[in-house]
Amino acid sequence: MAFEIIGKPLPKIDALPKCTGETRYADDLQLPRMLYAKILRSPHAHARIRRIEVSRARALPGVHAVLTGCDLPTRFGILPVSQDEEALCVEKVRFVGDPVAAVAATDEWIAEEALRLIEVEYEPLPALLTLEEALRESSVRIHDYGDGPNIHKMVSLEFGDVEEGFAQADYVREDIFFYAGSTHLPLEQHAAVAHYGPDGKLTLWSSTQTPHYVHRALAKVLGLPPSHIRVIATPVGGGFGGKSEPFSHEIVVAKLAMLTGRPVKITLTREEVFYVHRGRHPVLMWIRTGVRRDGTITAMHVRSFLDGGAYGSYGVATTYYTGALQTVTYKIPRYKFEGVRVFTNKPPCGPKRGHGTPQPRFALEVHLDKIAEDLGLDPVEMRRRQIVEAPSLTVNWLRISSCGLRACIDRVVEASGFREKFRRLPFGQGVGFACSAYLSGAGLPIYWNDMPHSGVHIKIDRGGGVTVFCGSTDIGQGSDSILAYIVAEVLGILPQDIRVVTADTDLTPVDLGSYSSRVTVMTGNAAVEAAEKLRRLLFRAAAERLDVPEEQLMARARRIFDRADPQRGLDFAEAAQLAEARFGTLGAVGSYKPPQSPRRYKGAGVGPSPSYSYSACVVQVDVDPETGFVRVEKVWIAHDVGRAINPRLVEGQIHGSVYMGLGEALMEEQTFRSRLGLHKAPSMLDYKSPTPLEMPEVECFLIEAEDPNGPFGAKEAGQGPLLPIPPAVANAVYDAVGVRIDELPITPEKVLRGLNDKARGGSGRVGPKSIPSLAWPEPIRVEPPPEWRDVPTRSS
Amino acid sequence: MEKQRLKTGSLSRRDFLKVSGITLTVPLVVGPRVLKVAGAEVKVFGPGKVPMTFTINGKTYRAELEPRVTLLDALRNEFDLTGAKRVCDRGTCGACTVLLDGKPVYACSVLAIEAQGKAITTVEGLMQDGKLHPIQQAFIENDALQCGFCTPGFVVACKALLDRIPNPTPEDLVVGLGGNLCRCGTYVGIRAAIAQAARMQRGG
Repeated sequence: MAFEIIGKPLPKIDALPKCTGETRYADDLQLPRMLYAKILRSPHAHARIRRIEVSRARALPGVHAVLTGCDLPTRFGILPVSQDEEALCVEKVRFVGDPVAAVAATDEWIAEEALRLIEVEYEPLPALLTLEEALRESSVRIHDYGDGPNIHKMVSLEFGDVEEGFAQADYVREDIFFYAGSTHLPLEQHAAVAHYGPDGKLTLWSSTQTPHYVHRALAKVLGLPPSHIRVIATPVGGGFGGKSEPFSHEIVVAKLAMLTGRPVKITLTREEVFYVHRGRHPVLMWIRTGVRRDGTITAMHVRSFLDGGAYGSYGVATTYYTGALQTVTYKIPRYKFEGVRVFTNKPPCGPKRGHGTPQPRFALEVHLDKIAEDLGLDPVEMRRRQIVEAPSLTVNWLRISSCGLRACIDRVVEASGFREKFRRLPFGQGVGFACSAYLSGAGLPIYWNDMPHSGVHIKIDRGGGVTVFCGSTDIGQGSDSILAYIVAEVLGILPQDIRVVTADTDLTPVDLGSYSSRVTVMTGNAAVEAAEKLRRLLFRAAAERLDVPEEQLMARARRIFDRADPQRGLDFAEAAQLAEARFGTLGAVGSYKPPQSPRRYKGAGVGPSPSYSYSACVVQVDVDPETGFVRVEKVWIAHDVGRAINPRLVEGQIHGSVYMGLGEALMEEQTFRSRLGLHKAPSMLDYKSPTPLEMPEVECFLIEAEDPNGPFGAKEAGQGPLLPIPPAVANAVYDAVGVRIDELPITPEKVLRGLNDKARGGSGRVGPKSIPSLAWPEPIRVEPPPEWRDVPTRSS
Repeated sequence: MEKQRLKTGSLSRRDFLKVSGITLTVPLVVGPRVLKVAGAEVKVFGPGKVPMTFTINGKTYRAELEPRVTLLDALRNEFDLTGAKRVCDRGTCGACTVLLDGKPVYACSVLAIEAQGKAITTVEGLMQDGKLHPIQQAFIENDALQCGFCTPGFVVACKALLDRIPNPTPEDLVVGLGGNLCRCGTYVGIRAAIAQAARMQRGG
């Protein structure tokens, strides 16, 4: 069936106010009598707080309140298993930037001056700034919980007997990789405004991707009934995962509003954002794969070491994510994963676009490139031959409902002329290829319960206006627009007839938030359900009036009419009035819960999803052997999005993913001074990220392998297309100059090191040489699904 | 060089910082004091608030501000013109770009007091008679924005670029927009938007 709205490159519903400067972000809000808050942060990477003296700050004219840790002692955190943060540190600080005290004053300058008047006496403790240090110095403890000294989480899972799989291999290869930590660097700093009314009700406006989880944390730490708290997510000026958990400043500003009885605003400085971040985990990885002569994988064993920073954040989930999704791209018949997340005295890491999966994807795709070369195989064909089937279950019980990877590969290989270029371009130029997969929403909620993950409520007024209420948060990905397109399609009206009200815990049903690429699939399904309920009412009323059978009616272009005789029909508004007269006030709700996982085991909570998206890309680079500088000439990328609700928005997500992937591949890195734990580059000038000058031409191809679980068949697009970029760049650099840079970012310095090593007769490889030796726990052995139990043997 | 600039009466930021040390000993007054610096007479304002007058998007705005207040903070906090964003606050990202007498500047790096007497154009002033500027229209049609936080700065920078180079080459676009950052990675869309706006302005 042809669609009216779905699949059209319509403008986003919020594009106009964003272009005229009208959109009000959190820092743009001003309330009468508003105060400004500032947070005092630790200058030490690890220290005990002996004493805090705030009387001089309190006495400064213009200061209305000063807070310290004892005012907010209840711990919080995004995951129920890692409630390890304090809004203001009580006994200990664990990284440079850990919040210690806060001030509300009549302006930011007075608040800053007041911070300088707060005296804190610290007893410095040894700072553990690397993963190796944290594992070695077990007498120093950053936290008193976890799976071992400074070990936040340690996991070990085995699906099928991997040793048997390795025994069946003709060739086994091991590699070690490192993927540097990076930060989201949203243009908009975190900001929040709190208001506490005389009725004892609190309102928080915040730049957050997850108002629902902020709501929970505020209730817990402030000790207020959740029903007295309203969280409104303001339009988010860039998230990328960096605003998807409750933050100290949100709690602090709320408490200050409660104490002063005046609205209080806080906007973090750019420097603070670098410390607060929750960005990409630096991950050290070891990967061992057994293959047959033709490249068919017989077994894979992956180990990952995550440098988590000072707090838990999403880290338990991140750890599992470094191991969960390897199996959803290629058929891996036996698989073992061991992962560890270590606490260090650095800013805590968390989820950044791709959450824990870009790192192992980089390792896997470069590793496969090396295997193909070792065996003299075509790297494209070797991958293409073992793509997962759909529908199927992976060896770790993930359900593949659709897969358009083969089409993705064919499109980019053909468009880029990969086969004509690979290993054939002149020295200094090269092409690289990689594939990837990502989930369309986490299959399980953070707090395990049986309630929906997404709710949508729609009302229709007598003039034919439609309002859609949903807890989802538009962070620039266009989720508000997607709701409007979907509802407009189902009800046969236009997106501009729809008002979308989102991300307000008082007004909108819960949506868990803009994370894990879940929004289009989950809110989309909920919106379809609600809109279809209303359409049924409209059709029933219209059918009576028109004397046409309900099933013969159709909604299109603001009319409801007889499919067989389109002249015979009603205006949408007229139908709405008839339906309201017939059935009462018009409103409907829809909700969505992902399908249940086919198998429960410890660790099965991470990885399941309603569907998986697929990407393939080719990157062409020009490497200057004199300077080591890598210039990306062009990127060809194909993405299996199931169905593009709006192809232009999907392309925007792909461009953004390519951009961010290139930054991580070539320049971005959170670096800290040894011993001190001070950030080396906490400014937009010093932290290198791609500018318009570095952005290459990108050719996008959308593959629409309709998925049975998606609204109109749609899958995710916001994160998956980042994943193949870093490995494709690394593979292209090797094709260009013959050096393997197994450590991101691929800086000119590393390329030169590789070239020099090669000139001296070395391999030209740059990267980590070993992994820490750890006593891994006995793996949880999970029997694979039936189709993997009888794995073909060597002779078959 | 220093002397010449002082003689012409314009006070650069560095000169201002140099003389502001002297003024700290001067009692709080409203209105300028005249000091002799390197043999020349220099008007010194502040500390404390001084009355200022601005022409923003063709309208007159008045406020009493400390001389240390940046043009960006004045626009945002005093006049509620929040289109320009405070992002890096040190002249790196371009999200606060406004026009001073038609020339794009980072409003975070211009003192409000220095912007007096100049025509200030912000993103809020680009719409004419309820009609979008062609560059705004092109941003919407080419999906040249996602979160929208860098968008006002880009829109103003693009307008300035097109005013200067009505037919930009692809190289002009890349270099002309090199002073603005977008973390959503909308650069591809922005290039398409500016090319379309150039065509629209040529009447194509």
